[in-house]
Amino acid sequence: MSAARFRKTLLAVPWVWAALLFFLPLAIVVKISLAETAVGVPPYTALIDHGALRATLANYRDVFADSFYAGAYVSSVKIAGLATILAVLAGYPMAYAIARAPERRRGLLLLLVTLPFWTSLLIRIYAWIGLLRPGGVINAVLESVGLIDTPLQMINTTAAVCFGMVYAYLPFMVLPLYARLERLDPALVEAAGDLGATPWRAFLSVTLPLSLPGVMAGALLVFIPCVGEFVIPDLLGGPDTVMIGKVLWSEFFSSRDWPLSAALTVVMMAVLVIPVLAVQRTLGEEP
Amino acid sequence: MRRIPWLGLALAAGLAFLYVPLAAVIVYSFNASRLVTVWTGFSTAWYGELLNDRQIMAAANTSLVVGVLSATLAVIVGAAAGYCLARFGAFRARWLFATATIAPLVVPEVITGLSLLLLFVAAESAVPFLPGRGLATIVIAHASFSMATVALIVRARLAGMDREIEDAASDLGARPFTVFFRITLPMMAPALAAGWLLAFVLSLDDVVIASFVAGPQSTTLPMVIYSSIRLGVSPKINALAALLVAATALLLGCAALAGRNRLSGRR
Amino acid sequence: MPAVIRIEGLTKRFGDVIALDAVSLDVAENEFLALLGPSGCGKTTLLRAIAGLETPDAGQILIDAVNQNGRAPYQRPVNMMFQSYALFPHMTVADNVAFGLRQDGLKGAALTDRVREALARVEMEALGTRKPQQLSGGQKQRVALARCLAKRPRALLLDEPLAALDKHLRERTQLELMTLREKLGIAFIVVTHDQDEAMGMATRVAVMDRGRILQTGAPRDLYDRPLNRAVAGFFGHMNIWDGAVTGTDSVACAAGTVRVADPLPREGAMVAVAVRPEQITLRGPENDVGSNQITGVIAEVVYGGTVSTYFVRHGEHRLRVVRQNGAGAAFRRGDTVTASWPAAAVRVLAP
Repeated sequence: MSAARFRKTLLAVPWVWAALLFFLPLAIVVKISLAETAVGVPPYTALIDHGALRATLANYRDVFADSFYAGAYVSSVKIAGLATILAVLAGYPMAYAIARAPERRRGLLLLLVTLPFWTSLLIRIYAWIGLLRPGGVINAVLESVGLIDTPLQMINTTAAVCFGMVYAYLPFMVLPLYARLERLDPALVEAAGDLGATPWRAFLSVTLPLSLPGVMAGALLVFIPCVGEFVIPDLLGGPDTVMIGKVLWSEFFSSRDWPLSAALTVVMMAVLVIPVLAVQRTLGEEP
Repeated sequence: MRRIPWLGLALAAGLAFLYVPLAAVIVYSFNASRLVTVWTGFSTAWYGELLNDRQIMAAANTSLVVGVLSATLAVIVGAAAGYCLARFGAFRARWLFATATIAPLVVPEVITGLSLLLLFVAAESAVPFLPGRGLATIVIAHASFSMATVALIVRARLAGMDREIEDAASDLGARPFTVFFRITLPMMAPALAAGWLLAFVLSLDDVVIASFVAGPQSTTLPMVIYSSIRLGVSPKINALAALLVAATALLLGCAALAGRNRLSGRR
Repeated sequence: MPAVIRIEGLTKRFGDVIALDAVSLDVAENEFLALLGPSGCGKTTLLRAIAGLETPDAGQILIDAVNQNGRAPYQRPVNMMFQSYALFPHMTVADNVAFGLRQDGLKGAALTDRVREALARVEMEALGTRKPQQLSGGQKQRVALARCLAKRPRALLLDEPLAALDKHLRERTQLELMTLREKLGIAFIVVTHDQDEAMGMATRVAVMDRGRILQTGAPRDLYDRPLNRAVAGFFGHMNIWDGAVTGTDSVACAAGTVRVADPLPREGAMVAVAVRPEQITLRGPENDVGSNQITGVIAEVVYGGTVSTYFVRHGEHRLRVVRQNGAGAAFRRGDTVTASWPAAAVRVLAP
């Protein structure tokens, strides 16, 4: 077979796959978001009914007019943003410490950081519930030491959600940061010191600016999944923790409002399009 | 380089943050008491009960089947996509191709789940005699996003691979398909293995997408775990969690060992 | 001798960069041709185009008078030894060598015989079961060579074959490549950026720059009779002056009147004249101002073992002179000297 035919054959596999499982579903979501709810299977009206186009923007109006939905987007971005900042604060020293550890130990340390990622997220969140809940390990310890009388309410709070997100996505922050810091020539910091900079000064004016691309990559990899997260807010969050992933889930499964869920999805994609494109640039096209 | 003591401390604290909860789960899985926090003695009773739980065992079986099938499918499609991105230079609509390949990795699970469910529903009404939702739909849905991970790993591997090796094969008389199957594919093998493993783990981890696309007859292990976690902490789930952690550690240990043997053979 | 490879007007662009600019070249059946030039001059692109790994935008390549345009690398009767050697890391040495033969449908005893023969030729038959990772740099190079030779190509293409070897091994390998080619009697085309390497191995050198071939010839001719500044500059140093033709055998330039033995263009034409540093003699200062000599002060002496290099300041120019140490009187920095050269040593270059 010739090189050209080989190329065509190999390209066709992912193209067909993407057309069927990426572009087509998105098109269907957009289509359903323009329909109305109906009683039946499937529970929405057809877009073309007896030759007439029946599209409505009512679902989008609902999404934007109802402060509940708008608030859910805002609070999702806020919570995800807070979790991202916390992940930077926790992940930077870790990545830095690994990058400066003796070379033979770096592999093991990296493995230790990534290992939890390979364990089920559900199990890891479950582990936190065991620690945080009233009557959980932390409360039990604090009570037995006599620091508190009544159990602290740690679970089912927005703080717990942030905490859980940092826990779940910390490896995503540490890995790109480490990759960046590890490539940094140690002679640069030594040169800064030689020129009279204190270690802090050298860090602030040499290491930190040069590692910013790593911070950005890590931040995006934490922020994007956090915005649409369902499991963590559902299991660790309280009644006042409103996140869009959870709202979408309940609109779909409890209210069975497919057109509204589709509209919420389209808007969520719009919210995420810029960060996703940024990831695309760093992950997708960097050689 | 000078040592900074608090850096080591920060690393230790970070690792503790990652591992203490898991350690607690494992310890309490051996607790005799039904009350989860009160330690009354060492027992493996919960493991016995777990293994006798029909529902959990059936779900575990479903998850393994879904994991193996979806990882295999993901490797096939992902390897092709990663190869195209790494080796075909600028082809028509490359940016669209790259987007469709990489984006599933970062699209939130609820969106992937919802959009694929809507696709499957539409397909059922459009194509008669199509089997309803079940195992197959979960397999396809999982492969649709884990394929992106495989593509990334494969592309990174190919980018680090000397292109002259493929040129040499061609120069020695091998046709494009021969070059791909005899040279490129074997050299991509570590990336394919890593990609398969990651796809398998991602499939075993997912509860959101499976909840959307699963049929009434097919329940995966995470779906069972999820619904029982919602009911509260139970010692049986502790035991299951401990087993899963142990299995993961074992699997990764083997993978790391295999990787190390390859490396020591190389140099 | 018949041309085994004929290149006609070959042009290749990469975006805005022109890698090959209408290159034409014949390679004879039994010659060792070196493509010499700085990095980015197009020499590797030319080699890859012959192998079929680059598709030219214009022009053609004929191998044994057969046009190769549109023929894939796996259809061409030439083989290439890559700079990185490009050994297949997942195959043994013997499997690497057998790979190309298997593509030709060879099997069984015929295959093993050819593999053994090729490995024996490079004295590697004992290491057939090793993996490439277990070989030294020199051994890898031999396997890469054997892998090409096993195919019995019409010409062997070598991309920087010595670049990855250390200095000591490089000299030995250079000699081995020369003997090997004489034994095989096929054309070798080698790409190199090192003029010593090119002059040492090749029977003919093509000097390339910016996608063009500047000059081809035997190494000695290129050194003695460069056609232009780029070629002159590529082989060692030359003292070059710009000037104008003043008669049938004289050029006026910053070095005064220079008499030339070579033919000159018509009077008034602008040319450059050049003299090799080792063809200039130094003696004590003389007052008579003749042609082909200048008087100046020694600004610098660089000692170099068997020879020393003197820099003689003359107006704004610094004349470079190389002298055998111990031959004649020694001069020191600050001495005034007269430097002279015979008319036969003067080369005329395109300006």
